[in-house]
Amino acid sequence: MASKISIVVVSGERERLQMAAMIASVGAVSGDEVSVFLSMNALQHFRKDAKDAAPPEGPFGKLLEQKKAPPFKQLFQNAVELGDAKIRPCSMAVDVLGVKQGDLEPWVGEPMGLTKFLSDAHGGQVWSF
Amino acid sequence: MSERTIIDARGSFCPGPLMELIARLKFAQVGEEFEVLSTDKGSASDIPEWLNKVGHQLIDTREEGGVWHIALKKMK
Repeated sequence: MASKISIVVVSGERERLQMAAMIASVGAVSGDEVSVFLSMNALQHFRKDAKDAAPPEGPFGKLLEQKKAPPFKQLFQNAVELGDAKIRPCSMAVDVLGVKQGDLEPWVGEPMGLTKFLSDAHGGQVWSF
Repeated sequence: MSERTIIDARGSFCPGPLMELIARLKFAQVGEEFEVLSTDKGSASDIPEWLNKVGHQLIDTREEGGVWHIALKKMK
């Protein structure tokens, strides 16, 4: 029943990052092959020195902060460490943002181009946030 | 009844309790039993679903004063 799940994350807003992280973590620990591609406004949050929490898009995002929802970065890390998910930054976003090797969280893999992401995603589910 | 290890995930929201359980199961022996405590109703139905999907045994679930107790055994 295992399937392939590819998740494109471009939003820098908390609700979208949270939902993407929930799907990545639960999918990965359920035996699905999960691949996450980080680009655009999402990427900045995966720098080791990212201080600010992702801004909420609406009232639910504020609730996520007030209540004890697991932080999205923790869930992405769970996806990698407990479910062997692969989280890769978009090589274009890495170049535009000027991210150096070692700037990103250690559980984020090497930059990846779109051609490779698309060929890996072929035939599986694709989600975007 | 063999001794169960309690995983207290009260106050956490989905999928926090599931992740706490999986992190513990990873280093557990086959046959070990756990009881997850959760105040998140979604987790009370989602954890049994996950156990069924990956092949661990659900022993029982019960609710006591707003806390769900999900008992299970590691099968592989």
